Amino acid sequence: MEELLTNVNWNEIGGASWETLVMVGLSLLFSVLIGLPVGVLLFLTGKRQLLEQPVAYAVLSFVVNILRSVPFIILLIVMIPVTVMLIGTSLGVAGAIPPLVAGGAPFFARLVETSLREVDRGIIEATRAMGASVRQVVLGALLPEAMPGIIAGITVTAITLVSYAAMSGVVGGGGLGDLAIRFGYQRFQTDVMIITVALLVIFVQLLQMLGDRLVLYFSRR
Amino acid sequence: MIEFEQVEKSYQIGKRVIPALHPISLSIQTGEVFGIVGHSGAGKSTLVRLINRLEDPSGGRILIDGEDVTGYDAAELRAFRRKVGMIFQHFNLLSSKTVSDNVGFPMKVAGIYSRREIQARVDELLKRVGLADQARKYPTQLSGGQKQRVGIARALACRPTVLLCDEATSALDPQTTQSVLRLLAEINRELGLTIVLITHEMDVVRRVCDRVAVMDSGKVVEMGPVTEVFLHPQHATTRDFVFESENIDRDEMHQDMQQALGRILRLTFKGEATYKPLLGHVARESGVDFSILSGRIDHIKETPYGQLTLSLVGGNLERAMQALTDADVHVEVLR
Repeated sequence: MEELLTNVNWNEIGGASWETLVMVGLSLLFSVLIGLPVGVLLFLTGKRQLLEQPVAYAVLSFVVNILRSVPFIILLIVMIPVTVMLIGTSLGVAGAIPPLVAGGAPFFARLVETSLREVDRGIIEATRAMGASVRQVVLGALLPEAMPGIIAGITVTAITLVSYAAMSGVVGGGGLGDLAIRFGYQRFQTDVMIITVALLVIFVQLLQMLGDRLVLYFSRR
Repeated sequence: MIEFEQVEKSYQIGKRVIPALHPISLSIQTGEVFGIVGHSGAGKSTLVRLINRLEDPSGGRILIDGEDVTGYDAAELRAFRRKVGMIFQHFNLLSSKTVSDNVGFPMKVAGIYSRREIQARVDELLKRVGLADQARKYPTQLSGGQKQRVGIARALACRPTVLLCDEATSALDPQTTQSVLRLLAEINRELGLTIVLITHEMDVVRRVCDRVAVMDSGKVVEMGPVTEVFLHPQHATTRDFVFESENIDRDEMHQDMQQALGRILRLTFKGEATYKPLLGHVARESGVDFSILSGRIDHIKETPYGQLTLSLVGGNLERAMQALTDADVHVEVLR
């Protein structure tokens, strides 16, 4: 075993794993904080919805589409000046977070919009008929009804962020991806590559399992 | 009282304006059960949604207890909607909330009730609709009839004065339909609530409504007390609905009538007259012989009625008809 993994420095692996966890955790948090309201707005301003607003919808939708259509590896580079402006550096764990959120939030916003659209229109109508305001419809009926879909969306976003976080290693982002590129690729340390990939696979599996459990818990259908 | 004054509704699709409701004027009395019957697309769904302004009219006024509801701003409208309960064909319960939370939801939305008040009201309502033991279940665990009972309890939560029923029994089997209709009638009687009920089944109207409006392509084509409209339909659409609800095949009826001898009369009895042993008596007295081509004895809400189609031969027909008319029987000569 020891001979097979001669290049593996477990301390370094541990540190990189923790960095990946922090990057995914924080960027997921901000992606949800930004993506959820944006998704709700996308839904509400959409055609035949409560706050139908074609111009607002078109603008919002355009911005979301732009961010989603730029490949993440390009977004990482394009975002560098913005990141430096926001937090002073584009390197390390902190430097990776703004581009991760820029990639994750619009992605999650679309997933939120889709799951809200799946809520039966009759439920919105019934809630309106009770005399609910738009805020009450959203908080009291729409979000609770869409909760399983939104949780599933968070899971998908989290998994996407794991892969994005690994990519950020290319521009000095830190974490397991950085390790894989610096040691596994550039120094031909195949054992390091295998270990990082294995850890990423395990991480994604755990996320999916957790997500599925939560979806099940919130589903009353 | 709910009054429609020249209320109309049209939709704009692209550049075309499509009329959904032609100017309609009607009034619904406080405490009555008012039925609106029509085929799908006749505009009845739009009509009922104008009452609680889920749809905005394109013209005309809607007065509720003398107050024009078409002029309400957003806040007034929300307050007003609390006084108008609504139940739906597909129940529209929140799947994420328990039965109890569904029923209490309108009160929570209203924001003027304490948690204890809500709990007390929910318990009371669930008892009324016979679901006290299902309070902690989720809607998916209930049958259709139970879901509609939850819908009714929810609609009553804020003590409305009007209950709108949008095809409330159309997704239910006949037995469940009957029990839900019985519940609606009971609520109407005990709470004095005005009920506006839309349906495509004349049978539903017959069982619970006091008055009915028949709609066809965005117009009210006939309106009046159910006993009148049901027993003496004037408009072709109304006749279709009545025949449909009585399972009458008109071709067959026509054939039967062609084979029958003599005159053909349709007799309509209402109330007390339904139970009197009148026919034999009249036959003996006037010397006519009769055979029954079709007949039915049933109830319109609480009023018993009978309708018989007879062929009559021999005897003194004039005298027989006079005797029937004297006994408060409505006589129509079909041939």
